[in-house]
Amino acid sequence: MKLTLKIWRQGGKYKGELVTYQLNDVNPHMSFLEMLDVLNEELIAKKESPVAFEHDCREGICGTCSMVINGYPHGPQAKTTTCQLHMRHFKDGDTIVIEPFRARAFPVVRDLVVDRAAFDRIIQAGGYISVNTGQAQDANSTPIEKDLSAHAFDAAECIGCGACVAACPNASAMLFVSAKVSHLALLPQGKPEAARRVQNMVKQMDAEGFGMCSNVTACEAECPKGISVTNIARLNREFISSEFGSETQV
Amino acid sequence: MILDGKIPAGPLEEKWTHYRSTVPLVAPNNKRRIDIIVVGTGLAGASAAASLGELGYNVKAFTFHDSPRRAHSIAAQGGINAAKNYRNDGDSVYRLFYDTIKGGDYRAREGNVYRLAEVSADIIDQAVAQGVPFAREYGGLLENRSFGGVQVSRTFYARGQTGQQLLLGAYQALSRQVSLGAVELYNRHEMLDVVVVDGKARGIIARNLLTGKLERHAAHCVVLATGGYGNVFYLSTNAMMCNVSAAWRAVRRGALMANPCFTQIHPTCIPQSGDYQSKLTLMSESLRNDGRVWVPKKQEDAKAIREGRKTALDIAEDDRDYFLERRYPAFGNLVPRDVASRAAKVACDEGLGVAPTGLAVFMDFSAAIQRYGQSKAHNAGMHDADKAAITELGEKVVEEKYGNLFEMYEKITGENPYKMPMKIYPAVHYTMGGLWVDYNLETNIPGLFAIGECNFSDHGANRLGASALMQGLADGYFVLPYTIGAFLSNEIRTPKFDPAREEFAKAEADTQTRINTLLGIKGNQSVESFHRRLGHIMWTYCGMARTAEGLNQARTMLRELRDEFYKDVFVPGSNEEYNPELEKALRVADFLEQGELMILDALNRNESCGGHFREEYQDEGGEAKRDDQNYRYVAAWEYTGWENEPVLHKEQLEFENVELKTRSYK
Ligand SMILES: Cc1cc2nc3c(=O)[nH]c(=O)nc-3n(C[C@H](O)[C@H](O)[C@H](O)COP(=O)(O)OP(=O)(O)OC[C@H]3O[C@@H](n4cnc5c(N)ncnc54)[C@H](O)[C@@H]3O)c2cc1C
Ligand code: SF4
Ligand code: FES
Repeated sequence: MKLTLKIWRQGGKYKGELVTYQLNDVNPHMSFLEMLDVLNEELIAKKESPVAFEHDCREGICGTCSMVINGYPHGPQAKTTTCQLHMRHFKDGDTIVIEPFRARAFPVVRDLVVDRAAFDRIIQAGGYISVNTGQAQDANSTPIEKDLSAHAFDAAECIGCGACVAACPNASAMLFVSAKVSHLALLPQGKPEAARRVQNMVKQMDAEGFGMCSNVTACEAECPKGISVTNIARLNREFISSEFGSETQV
Repeated sequence: MILDGKIPAGPLEEKWTHYRSTVPLVAPNNKRRIDIIVVGTGLAGASAAASLGELGYNVKAFTFHDSPRRAHSIAAQGGINAAKNYRNDGDSVYRLFYDTIKGGDYRAREGNVYRLAEVSADIIDQAVAQGVPFAREYGGLLENRSFGGVQVSRTFYARGQTGQQLLLGAYQALSRQVSLGAVELYNRHEMLDVVVVDGKARGIIARNLLTGKLERHAAHCVVLATGGYGNVFYLSTNAMMCNVSAAWRAVRRGALMANPCFTQIHPTCIPQSGDYQSKLTLMSESLRNDGRVWVPKKQEDAKAIREGRKTALDIAEDDRDYFLERRYPAFGNLVPRDVASRAAKVACDEGLGVAPTGLAVFMDFSAAIQRYGQSKAHNAGMHDADKAAITELGEKVVEEKYGNLFEMYEKITGENPYKMPMKIYPAVHYTMGGLWVDYNLETNIPGLFAIGECNFSDHGANRLGASALMQGLADGYFVLPYTIGAFLSNEIRTPKFDPAREEFAKAEADTQTRINTLLGIKGNQSVESFHRRLGHIMWTYCGMARTAEGLNQARTMLRELRDEFYKDVFVPGSNEEYNPELEKALRVADFLEQGELMILDALNRNESCGGHFREEYQDEGGEAKRDDQNYRYVAAWEYTGWENEPVLHKEQLEFENVELKTRSYK
C-alpha cells in the first residue's frame, strides 16, 4: 500500500505543524504502530528526527498509545486502541492525519506524546480502597454476587488512556473518573469510602483543568474498552448522595 | 566469594514463621528516618513501595513509564496461583511448593519456594480487599481454573486481564501512599546506575526523560523491581520497553547475575507474520484448559494448509495428531510450558507446521465448544437441540471464558478462532534468570535488593503459569517488608547520605560518558536494526534448542555485533530533550552485554533442564536429560570487564524435602 501521512510535529525544529510524509510499501498486516516504526526507520536513515509517539504493550492493555487518527482518538475502528489497529483497515492511496490527544490538562510533550499525569493525581486523590497490607480478611468471607462483580469489572477495564478526554468537545474526564468511582462503589469493599472518594476525585478533576460534562457521549463512542456512560450517571448519583449523606465533610 | 543463600535453619514448614518472629525490627520512630529507593512500579515495585510506605519508611519510587499503571505487569492475562484449596481438590502449601520445585526442574531453592507457597493465600485476600474483581461463581465465591504442570485448580483470574486488575490494585495502594506523603513518585525517570558507598548500595543516578537531566538520589538502601529481560531476543511477548539495564548496571557495580540462560519460551503465541514485526502476542496458557493442540499427521496435508489449498477443517479427525495428548497422556495439553514448546518445535521441524512460514501448530476449541454447548443445552432442558444450537450455546461459554483473547486474536490475524482453530507458535516470554539474591531478597551488594521478575529466585529452570504474578506480589507485599528489616535494623543510626559525595559524582560522570559516547558515534545504522540482529542471534543459537557449537558461534557473532554497534550506531537528537531513541540505545547497549552472559551460561550448563535444552543432552525419546551430579547449582556470574572472562560462582542447591526425580508428565 502507498500512504500519505500528515503528522503533527512539535518540539525540536518544529513549532507545532502538520508535516507530510509518503510511505510506499506498507504491508496490510502491519499494525498502525509498526507502520510508524517503518516511517521512523526511514527518517533515521535520512538522519532526520523520528516522530515521537508513546506505546509499550502493543496489546491494547497498558493505555500508553495515544493519538488521534483522522479525527478519531485511537482511529476509526470501534473499541480498538491504536496499537491494535491494523493497516488492513486502510486503503491504498489513503491520506492519514495523525495528531496528539488534545486537552488543556494533557500538555504536549513532543510530537504525538502528551503528559497524562493528571490522571494519576486524580487516582491519588481517592481512587483506591484504604486497606494496608496484611489487614485483609479471607477472600471468601464476603460473597459478591456474580453479576454485580461483573458490573464492577466492566468499569474496572478502563486503561487510563485518555481517549475519552480527547474525544470530548469540553475535554472532560468524566468517563475516566466515573469508571473508577463505579468500579469501587459497586463493590462492598469500596462502600465505606464511597462518599469521600467521589468528592475528592471530582475536586481533583476540576483542579486539573478538565472541562464539564455536557452529555455529548463522544467519550463512550471512542473509548477503546467500551466503558459505558451509565458510569457517569452513577458518578452523578454518588456525588449528589455524598453531598447529602456523608457525615465526613470534605 | 562464598554464596550464602541465608536459608534459616529448621524444618521447612517452620523456616518462615520462625524467621518472621526473630528478624530484627525497626521501630516506628526510626523508620521515619530511613529512606528507601524503589526502582520499578510494576506488581513487585508498586506493592513493595506501598507496603513500605504503610510501614512508615520514606520511599522514593521510580519508573520510566508515565504512570505506574503502564508497567508490563498490566499485560498478564491468565491468572495468579494461590494455595487456598477452595476447590477441596487436595491442594496445599506443600503441593504448590512441590509443583513449583518440580516444574522448575529442581533448580530453585526449597526455602524460598516454600515461603512463596505459604504467603500465596494472603495475596488473594489482599487483592480482593483492594477491590480486584476476580472471577466468581453464582454463589458469590471465588472461581478457579487450572494452569499447566499441575493437577489441581488453584489459579485465580480476572477475565483475561488478571495482571491489569492486580496492578491497578497495587497502583491504587501506591497512589494512596503518595497522597499521604509516604511515597514520592518519580515517573518518567530512568535509573541508569546504582551508587555504591563503602560497599553498600546507597542511591541511584536517574535520567529525567522529559528534560534529559541526570539526577542523583540517595537513600539507605535500594530495591530493584525492574522486570525481566526477554526483549534481549528482540521479538518476545514482553512490552516494548522491558529491558535489562537496571539489573545490568547493578552487575557492572558488582552484583551477580544468576542463571541468565534460563529463559521461558511460551508455547502459545501468535506466530510471526513478517519482518516488520515489532513484538509477539501471547495467547494465555489458560486456553490450554480447553484448546487441543494438533498438527496434521501427514506432511502433504500440512503442506496443503501452508499453501492455502486446505484448511484445518478439511483434515479428518483420524488424520490429526494431538501430539501433546499422545506424548503426555497424564497431563495432556496442560504439560508445562517448556515441554509444550519443544513438542511444537519438533512437530514443525518434522515438516508438519501449518503457517506459510512452516512455524505454527493448531490450537482447536471445537471439542470444547461442543462439550459446553451440550451441557448448557442439557441444563436448559433442550433435549433435541441440533448441532447449530449446541455450537451457539458452546461458543457463548467459550466467549465468557476467553472472549477478550479471542477478540485479540481476530484483530491481529483477521481470522475467527471460534470457527477456525488458532495458529500458535512458541515465543520468548519470561526470564527465570536474574539478579542473584539470598533469602532476604538481597543481592551480594549489601543494601541492594531485587524483587519480582528481575531476581532469579523462585522458578528454577522453568516457571509454571500464573506464578510470576504470585511471586512479584509475594515479594512486594509480604516478603521484602520483613526481610528489608534485617539490613535496615543496623542502619538506624546511619545519617542521610549527601548526593554531593564523590561516589555520586563519579557515577553521574560515568553515566554522562555513556550517553555522550552513544550520541557521539553518529554512524549509519539505527538502534532498532542492531536490536533486531541481536535478537536473531539469540533466538537462533540461545533459544529453544542450544548446542555448544552454536553457542560458541553466537558468542563470536555477538561480540562482532557489539563492536559494530559502537562504531556505526546512529542516535538522533541530544541528551537534553525528550529522546526515545537515546533511551533505546542505552537499553540495547546493555542487552548486547547481557546476551553474551546468557550464551556463556548456556555453554557452561552441560545438561538440559527446564527451559534450557542442550541438544547434546536428551534421551532417545527427545526428553531433557538433567545432570544433578554436576549441575545441581545456581550459576551466579560476576562481571570483571569484557577483557576478562566473567567469573562463575556456584551456589549448591540442597534438597532436603523433595526427592530429585526425572520430571515426567507422561
Ligand atoms: C503477555 C504476558 C502475559 C503474562 N501473563 C501472566 C499470567 O497470566 N500470570 C503470571 O503469573 N504471569 C504472567 N506473566 C508474567 C508477569 O506478567 C511478569 O513476570 C510480571 O508482571 C513482572 O512484574 P515485575 O513487577 O517484576 O516487573 P514489570 O511489571 O515489568 O515492571 C517493571 C517496572 O520497572 C520499571 N523500570 C524498569 N527499568 C527501569 C529503570 N531502569 N528505571 C526506572 N524504572 C524502571 C518499569 O517502568 C516498570 O514500572 C505474563 C507476561 C507477559 C509478557
Ligand atoms: S474511559 Fe475509556 S477512553 Fe477514557 S481513559 Fe478509560 S479506557 Fe480510555
Ligand atoms: S501500546 Fe499498550 S494499549 Fe496501545
